[in-house]
Amino acid sequence: MFDYELLRIIWWGILVFLICGFAVMDGFDFGIGMLLPFLGKTDDERRVILNSIGPTWEGNQTWLVTLGGITFGAWSLVYAVLFSGVYAGLLLLLFSLFLRPVGFDYRSKVTNPTWRSAWDWALFVGGATPAIVLSLAAGNLMLGLPFELDADLRSSYAGGFWDLFQLFPLLCVLVGVALCVMHGAVFLHLRTENAIAERAQIVIRWSSILFVGLFLVAGIWVAFGLDGYKITSAIDTTITANPLHKTVVKSTGLWLENYGTYPLLLLAPLMTVISALLAPFFTAKNNSATAFVLSSLAMIGAIVTAGGSMFPFVLPSSLSAASSLTIWDSSASRYSLQLLLVATVIFMPIVIAYTSWVYKVMRGKVTVEQIQDNQHTMY
Amino acid sequence: MITNEVVELSRLQFALTAMYHFLFVPLTIGLSFLLAIMESLYVMTGKQIYKDMTRFWGKLFGINFAMGVTTGLTMEFQFGTNWAYYSHYVGDIFGVPLAIEGMMAFFLESTFVGLFFFGWDRLSKMQHLSTTWLLALGTNLSALWILIANAWMQNPVGAEFNYDTMRMELTNFSELVFNPVAQVKFVHTVAAGYVTGSMFVLGISALYLLKRRDIPFARRSFRIASGFGLAAILSVIVLGDESGYTVGEVQKAKLAAIEAEWETEEAPASFTLIGVPNEETMTTDYAIKFPYLLGLIATRSLDGKVDGIKEIRERKRHRIENGMVAYENLQILREDKTNEIAKAIFEKHKVDLGHGLLLKKYTENVTDATPEQIELAIKDSIPRVAPMFWTFRGMVFCGVLMLFIFVASFYFNAKRTAHNQRWLLKMAFYGIPLPWIASELGWVVAEYGRQPWTIAGILPTHLSTSSLSSDQLYASIAGFFVMYSALLVIELFLMIKYIKLGPSSLHTGNYHFEKEGSSHV
Repeated sequence: MFDYELLRIIWWGILVFLICGFAVMDGFDFGIGMLLPFLGKTDDERRVILNSIGPTWEGNQTWLVTLGGITFGAWSLVYAVLFSGVYAGLLLLLFSLFLRPVGFDYRSKVTNPTWRSAWDWALFVGGATPAIVLSLAAGNLMLGLPFELDADLRSSYAGGFWDLFQLFPLLCVLVGVALCVMHGAVFLHLRTENAIAERAQIVIRWSSILFVGLFLVAGIWVAFGLDGYKITSAIDTTITANPLHKTVVKSTGLWLENYGTYPLLLLAPLMTVISALLAPFFTAKNNSATAFVLSSLAMIGAIVTAGGSMFPFVLPSSLSAASSLTIWDSSASRYSLQLLLVATVIFMPIVIAYTSWVYKVMRGKVTVEQIQDNQHTMY
Repeated sequence: MITNEVVELSRLQFALTAMYHFLFVPLTIGLSFLLAIMESLYVMTGKQIYKDMTRFWGKLFGINFAMGVTTGLTMEFQFGTNWAYYSHYVGDIFGVPLAIEGMMAFFLESTFVGLFFFGWDRLSKMQHLSTTWLLALGTNLSALWILIANAWMQNPVGAEFNYDTMRMELTNFSELVFNPVAQVKFVHTVAAGYVTGSMFVLGISALYLLKRRDIPFARRSFRIASGFGLAAILSVIVLGDESGYTVGEVQKAKLAAIEAEWETEEAPASFTLIGVPNEETMTTDYAIKFPYLLGLIATRSLDGKVDGIKEIRERKRHRIENGMVAYENLQILREDKTNEIAKAIFEKHKVDLGHGLLLKKYTENVTDATPEQIELAIKDSIPRVAPMFWTFRGMVFCGVLMLFIFVASFYFNAKRTAHNQRWLLKMAFYGIPLPWIASELGWVVAEYGRQPWTIAGILPTHLSTSSLSSDQLYASIAGFFVMYSALLVIELFLMIKYIKLGPSSLHTGNYHFEKEGSSHV
């Protein structure tokens, strides 16, 4: 069907697509989780906020689960090395995600205010922690992770949990959190009215400025202060390869080389900055649907900016550069990639179609009156 | 070098989290189907009571579903976090059904579950009914793909070792999907889920009947559960997955251990009802045996043989010796890919490479194993008999009890006197834990019985873990323990609260506590 080289490029594209899908869909849920205790002053208001994503958050989170499954199937070595390496970080992510399904479903089943407020804060943690851990991971991916492969391709990891908290990844955390907060506030503006929407507007304005500023700082840092990676040996892109059969160098500014080779890629950071700056103007004019498209574009742009600068690296190693995983030596076999491509091409359009239908059914503003009329059925 | 402690702790963590996850899965599988049946009755008859049933049992479904999602996340990531070498070694095959499961099943169930709860006023009757059926379909499809992946661990078909990438690679997708072990496992597991859902509805309805409240609601629920449950328990027993134990070497070893079948008997083999397996003498003391029965159950024929443990062990010796040859030549090939002689020898022996790897537990080099070490590896290659023997019998015992409950419920329900049979109602209520006990024991049989392998005959468990320290594992196990215990307490609190409230929790004004003006609500 496709040759192996093209297949692996397509699969890199699918990986980026799934990360973008996850960030766009779950990003606003995380943002709303973080905003919940602050934008909702009364119990009814908090329930409005919860119910703005109540019927759909679960489907959104499935993007993350599917991303896990797809990485396992199409990039097993990446799945193995990354997840076992950042063990504590991943468990932290997991434990915080535990709070979400139960938080949403259980919070309003008991009327006790302490119970409800405790779950609100649990949902805050369940929104903030994934945004923090995943942005931290993205920053560390750009730095490279301290892992090494032996001849059996068994990986060992030389860092600890606290080593993840270096300055550049911490900057990425601020970028990621600001973006999620903006994205969440835009969605809230779309689905709520009056006091909550007004508070959301203030958040959108500030988070937009904060995000763009920090995003530019991160870009400058990558250009002038950060080591990038580059393959220096000849690579046969048409065969199944062993990661250890290559040589890699590390040097400042290498992450920008792709922008020289493919100038079109510059559109990604450009789109990110412009979309994020424009979003507050559209919510101010009550055109929050357009604003939502814009903040989604900012999400996608930011991910493509980072992913595109690293291509063809997926997981660089700061400990042993040759162990770095690239799309040429960490993918599944040609046969499995083909199979999964067929499955993706069949199922993802179906998923997107019924997800859109569900959003259409559940469209419209969530109001305090609705909550009061449906005390026992809504979240 | 990975210590034995890390391997054992990784196994413990996986067992704990998987068994905990499976407290919620079978109820989701079974109850989603029952909800679809109840709502179908509502749409067909137009009677409000069926809608109330769908909504009330739906509430309990929701409380359980949230926990299923929560604990399922762990499973999706745990292969990577704790079984990294496994993930690399077989991800090319094992990851495929997991990826498909995400796209085909997880999205379906988690997108439509929201609509199930929030869509009542926004959808037409038919649209909502379709939503409920799609939710049920999603949970069942999810079970299908995960069991295809699991069955491949028991009977790995359609894959080959690639010495360049040092891993197994998929060669035949349809063999993976149509793995005979996957088929029996799927039917057995989802039917067990239907039994769980039915037992849950039956037992709680029995409680309301015992307390003489919401009688029409409870009787209808009881009726549906007894009919669906009877069909389901018969499927579980008749289509029990013992027939899946005749394909594949490790499955055969499991069967021999379950049945304490030390020697290969003349076909058809007799069935040991009960006895005390003795690992030292390789005999079963005080055995009560039924002639022919095992051969009939396991092979579905009169002339099929059931291999005994002693015979399987002898075959293992041969395969381990072959595996040493395969390993030796793999090392040569890794240095020099062009060595045609090594390649030819490797190709000839590579099916036994995994058996050679069993020796890695005793000697890093494999090829220098002493006869004593080979003996130890042979001994490892069969799961211990007593735990297998007893857990299996425990599972079957629970199944037989439930069969009795469902038959009696169905019978008295047909005579329209079930609500007066207090002994039966009590039995149904106190029988609620039975399907959970049976399911957990069933998983112990299937997965403990798979030892010493993660992938039968291909990858030993002690090579499969991540390179973690035991401290990391103690910390994560403690974390899981604390999180899971707290969540379980909260879940049970809510579940019991809503079970006690019953359909009054719907606030329709038609049910027990609302009529008496009780302030419970």
